[in-house]
Amino acid sequence: MAEKKVRFVIERQDGPNDKPYIQEFDVDWRPSLNVVAALMEIQKNPVTVDGKRVPPVVWECNCLEKVCGACMMVINGKARQACCALIDELKQPIELKPARTFPVIRDLLIDRTRMFEALKKIQGWIELDGSFESKEAPIQNPYTAQTAYEISHCMTCGCCLEACPNVGPQSDFIGPAPTVQAYLFNLHPLGKFDAPKRLNALMEKGGITSCGNSQNCVEVCPKSIKLTTYLAQLNRDVNIQALKNIFDN
Amino acid sequence: MAKDMTKKKIIIVGGGISGLLATIKVCELGGEVDLFSYCPVKRSHSLCAQGGINACMDTKGEHDSIYEHFDDTVYGGDFLADQIAVKGMVEAAPKLIKMFDRMGVPFTRTAEGTLDLRNFGGQKNKRTCFAGSTTGQQILYALDEQVRRWEVKGAVKKYEFWEFVKIIKNKEGICRGIVAQSMNTMEIKAFKGDTVILATGGPGQVFGRCTASTICNGSAVSAVYQQGAEIANPEFIQIHPTAIPGSDKNRLMSEACRGEGGRVWVWRNNPETGERERWYFLEDMYPAYGNLVPRDVASRAIFKVCEHMKLGIDGEHRVYLDLSHIDGDYLKRKLGGILEMYSEFVGKDPREVPMEIFPSVHYSMGGIWVDRLHNTNIPGLMASGECDYQYHGANRLGANSLLSAAYSGTVSGPEAMKWAKSGNKGSELTDAEMEAARQEVQNEYDKILQMNGAENAHKLHHEMGDLMYKYVAIERDNNGLDAALVELKKLLKRWDNIGITDRGNVANQEAMFVRQLRNMILYAMAIAKSARMRDESRGAHAKIVLENGQRKMDKDGELVFMGRDDERFMKVTIVNYDEKTEEPVVSYRDFDHSLIKPRARNYAVAKKE
Repeated sequence: MAEKKVRFVIERQDGPNDKPYIQEFDVDWRPSLNVVAALMEIQKNPVTVDGKRVPPVVWECNCLEKVCGACMMVINGKARQACCALIDELKQPIELKPARTFPVIRDLLIDRTRMFEALKKIQGWIELDGSFESKEAPIQNPYTAQTAYEISHCMTCGCCLEACPNVGPQSDFIGPAPTVQAYLFNLHPLGKFDAPKRLNALMEKGGITSCGNSQNCVEVCPKSIKLTTYLAQLNRDVNIQALKNIFDN
Repeated sequence: MAKDMTKKKIIIVGGGISGLLATIKVCELGGEVDLFSYCPVKRSHSLCAQGGINACMDTKGEHDSIYEHFDDTVYGGDFLADQIAVKGMVEAAPKLIKMFDRMGVPFTRTAEGTLDLRNFGGQKNKRTCFAGSTTGQQILYALDEQVRRWEVKGAVKKYEFWEFVKIIKNKEGICRGIVAQSMNTMEIKAFKGDTVILATGGPGQVFGRCTASTICNGSAVSAVYQQGAEIANPEFIQIHPTAIPGSDKNRLMSEACRGEGGRVWVWRNNPETGERERWYFLEDMYPAYGNLVPRDVASRAIFKVCEHMKLGIDGEHRVYLDLSHIDGDYLKRKLGGILEMYSEFVGKDPREVPMEIFPSVHYSMGGIWVDRLHNTNIPGLMASGECDYQYHGANRLGANSLLSAAYSGTVSGPEAMKWAKSGNKGSELTDAEMEAARQEVQNEYDKILQMNGAENAHKLHHEMGDLMYKYVAIERDNNGLDAALVELKKLLKRWDNIGITDRGNVANQEAMFVRQLRNMILYAMAIAKSARMRDESRGAHAKIVLENGQRKMDKDGELVFMGRDDERFMKVTIVNYDEKTEEPVVSYRDFDHSLIKPRARNYAVAKKE
């Protein structure tokens, strides 16, 4: 009996400096199969459709629940998390490619160091006196806290950088995700104290002026963070800060 | 600037909540940290914790008390947790919450802007602080941010995408460093440290499908076990009652669903009227706690209803977890993240139709034996977080895991600095000793690259998961456990016959997995052996009585479980690795239970103190 198969066309690459090539694999269909589960099946039997035994496909994944951000790749042309990409909702054959906005390490595995570096640039933390009990924590407006909660879902997956036309070799733009994190810390009653520092950082090269307002980021964000709304808000805050800088000098 | 050579260097393996808090504590005390992780620490498994973190904040006018939290934890753990350690944790809890709040964890708040609290299993008072239904993610991120701040200051050096392989001991047997391998370039290196803290999380992958991330394989714990670290209580594996079964993983549906009013039911014919009805069996069986019984109790009840009463949905291993009677907007605000996940992975909206769930392996109460300051039996080696055995006894209460992860980090960090400054560390590792340790790991790795047999490591892993679920999960008996030990030994033998297709030197995930798999099998043996030896039922460990080699039934056809045997088994299981036979050797150790006298655990009635 012929089992129903799902065909995968995968762009592979043996190392950071090697040329990409294509390999195709068939995986047995089953209900609620997703892309990560299919890649796991290939690991168990790494044989191409031509019957060639090859090294299993390399990719990154952890939680398989769409919270860790690890398994982002380009699936049928769109940057997204592989764990929640259900096969039945995808056009076949399914094309998997690494997100080439980032350096490729091997196959679908990419190096997203630049995103974590960008979080240093925007001072993505609260300046705490220390991790000891020092006082009662400040009361917070529940509505502001809800906005913070939304932005704080960003899992540094990089979908928005992959989709953004202004992130790439032509620009220093740190990208939508790290930029919007600045807004998150500026909302916090203690984080606010350093808001001018973050806004000044966003005035520098690679900051918010590199955003071309293409609106691609908000379309692809797997966490539905209203990235463009907060980018616009930040833009306003940065302009006000720039004026303040003039008058304070 | 010349490097300050007097600074103490702490090696921390694992960047989940426990590892990151330990890192922060070390930095605050003037130390430096080399932080090793399988992944960017922001992607650690702590972020999968959904429902919340317990702390007696008493913001709901319920007169909650720290003592009540203490008693709930000890009682919930079926009196196998060190009570002094638990007391320390619950006393620190409210202070930790205030610190997280200052750090920017976006906790869900009340109309007045104070911290909201929700109900959780095994606790009568509202005591669980939460950030929607992604509390672990939010706490992990706040700590990740603080560690980044220390990284910028130069106190932390991250080794992300590096795998811990083993510890290095000096000639006095004191841990003075580790060997690790880059997961991208495959380079193997030895590192020196004044203290080593393992914060490597749980061993869920030993069971194949579980609620844990793919990185939670227990490999590091097994590695130090093989180097002489004692394992404690490994048989206590928490089965979470409500997960979405899946072939790649079982996805957790938070206990918060029940905390916010979710009800568990199946269809049945009413035994008296014969009419078809929804049977809310947890409410029926446990009137006092209802749907909010602790996890071990709920899991066994669901298993019984499906496996023995054959009342699962369509006769399968599934029951309903129902939120559809609750206001949709309220649900979105309180449980948004996980409801979205259910819709995404199952394709149905839990606000409209009941979810279909089944129990899944979730958490390990056991782990590396530590004292109350998180020192292992190997001097210089500490363990912190889920990889240690502290705080939860035979069963963990929901929302106590984020608490124990955080609290253990605040204990292990400072203790690591104390050892680094004034411990009896013995001789420095020489360059020759460092190189010898590195070379040993290199040789083992090179051997793996040459493996040419017929077995596939991922298929073996799948088989191990199946056999652990079959024999060592929700209901255990000594026949099955004996069989599990025999089967695991066969798997260990078959490991030698693995064949590798990837012999490359960039991100060779296959070779690394082969190494991890061997560690997993040896740890699985420690779990099975400890379960075999513990002839009682306690918390998550439920053992059926055998009679003439068969599972014993009572006159109503119900399985007969062994009772709790405080006289023989109110003791910590200690497992040592026997190098010659590669087998676990089990013994028992007393622990401190001086504060609360043991009493029978019965969730059908309200708790009596």
